[in-house]
Amino acid sequence: MRWSSRGERTLRFPANRVHLGSVRRTGWAERIVAVVIFSGLASFGQTAQPAARFVVVLDAAHGGSDPGGTLSSGQPEKAATLALSVRLRSLLAARGIAVVTTRESDTDVLPNDRAAIANHANAQVCLNLHASETGSGVHLFVSSLAPSPPERFVPWKTAQATAITSSIALAGALNAALLHAGVNVTLGRTALITVDSMTCPAVAVELAPQRGSDNQITAQPDDPDYQARIATTLATALLEWRSEASHMEARQP
Amino acid sequence: MIPRYQKILFLLLLVASLAMGAELWHLRERAHQRLLAGENSAPTKAPVIAPAEQATLLVANDADGSLTPQARSLPLPSDPGARARAVLGQLLDLYAAPDAAHHLAGGASGLAQVFLLPIPADAHKAAGELAVVNLTSSFASTHPSGIETESLTILSICGTLRANLPEVTEVRFLIDGQPRATLAGHADLTRTYLTADAVPVAGTAHE
Repeated sequence: MRWSSRGERTLRFPANRVHLGSVRRTGWAERIVAVVIFSGLASFGQTAQPAARFVVVLDAAHGGSDPGGTLSSGQPEKAATLALSVRLRSLLAARGIAVVTTRESDTDVLPNDRAAIANHANAQVCLNLHASETGSGVHLFVSSLAPSPPERFVPWKTAQATAITSSIALAGALNAALLHAGVNVTLGRTALITVDSMTCPAVAVELAPQRGSDNQITAQPDDPDYQARIATTLATALLEWRSEASHMEARQP
Repeated sequence: MIPRYQKILFLLLLVASLAMGAELWHLRERAHQRLLAGENSAPTKAPVIAPAEQATLLVANDADGSLTPQARSLPLPSDPGARARAVLGQLLDLYAAPDAAHHLAGGASGLAQVFLLPIPADAHKAAGELAVVNLTSSFASTHPSGIETESLTILSICGTLRANLPEVTEVRFLIDGQPRATLAGHADLTRTYLTADAVPVAGTAHE
């Protein structure tokens, strides 16, 4: 998989470097449990209804007894992700996009419950929101599962495999918008329990500190202005993604 | 006047005491000989220091999310399991340096064991080895939390194993010998990582 970076420092594994592509889960749950999932992929670009409702799922990671990481400001990651989710939800709703959130307050939500909310919403976009004190700019991650064709029955823990192609395209769209806004972006693939169980095009968005040319931090991930700038950029990218999705639907026979 | 029977009894007791003393001396000598024989069976040769070899470490960088191969000259044991432990210990020592681009506390002490288990060939895959990397709970608890930093740690461990032990095709992670959901709240540790999917990327990639 090759990534668009417009020549800027966005490549995850550059020259003479290697990365692991797909990985495989094992475990009793996968072997025993095959959950019936109405594939979210089928709803994107393959639905019989050209005017299907465009739904975005915002998953503010952590919450409740799970604080996540601790940011340099001392704030827990769960507070920063919830703040970003609320900002983004408001911006998307103002643009007429239906938004489903996995949590609206500081509550515990299990990873499987988050994926279940996203899968039941039959969403066209799922954003798993995180914040980190390491790195810089915005880190965009797609599941490292190997792509598989859409099927009626898919294992719960690897459900994202059917949507990998769309997820990569979505990450490309977000990457382009963030680069256009002058944000440093790092792209990669990883294994996340919640994202791997989602059937919608899903990207994990990790907000890292904003750094200047001298690598000094100029804004923390929980900085309201910084968050507002990133949220506006993501909302713009999702609007563009929606219009592209509607064009693709219009081209369907 | 001492009765005759008392004299006989005294002599018998004296003979018995001397006999027991002699037997005790004999047992002591036998025990001493056994002890000396045990010492003789101990190894007398000094352990052989493994010769230095070239090892490749895939070093992570938090600033750009990259993994860069670095060649190091290390004394590597011939046993594959000990070899895997040596290269991964060196990798974690590198990360423990104050100026490391992917700083992790603890160094090699964060790695408890590395086990290599054979994977028999079947219709879907060739034979290989599964590396079970057992990390300590102190390593996991001090690891920075975040998708990027946790993924880089896992990828650099998998890539380093692949670079130095090509027969290792799969990697699983344990914390203090137990399965755990995530490394530090993000990266999934319940899955088996396939090192066979490590592919070199030449030059700056563009879509």
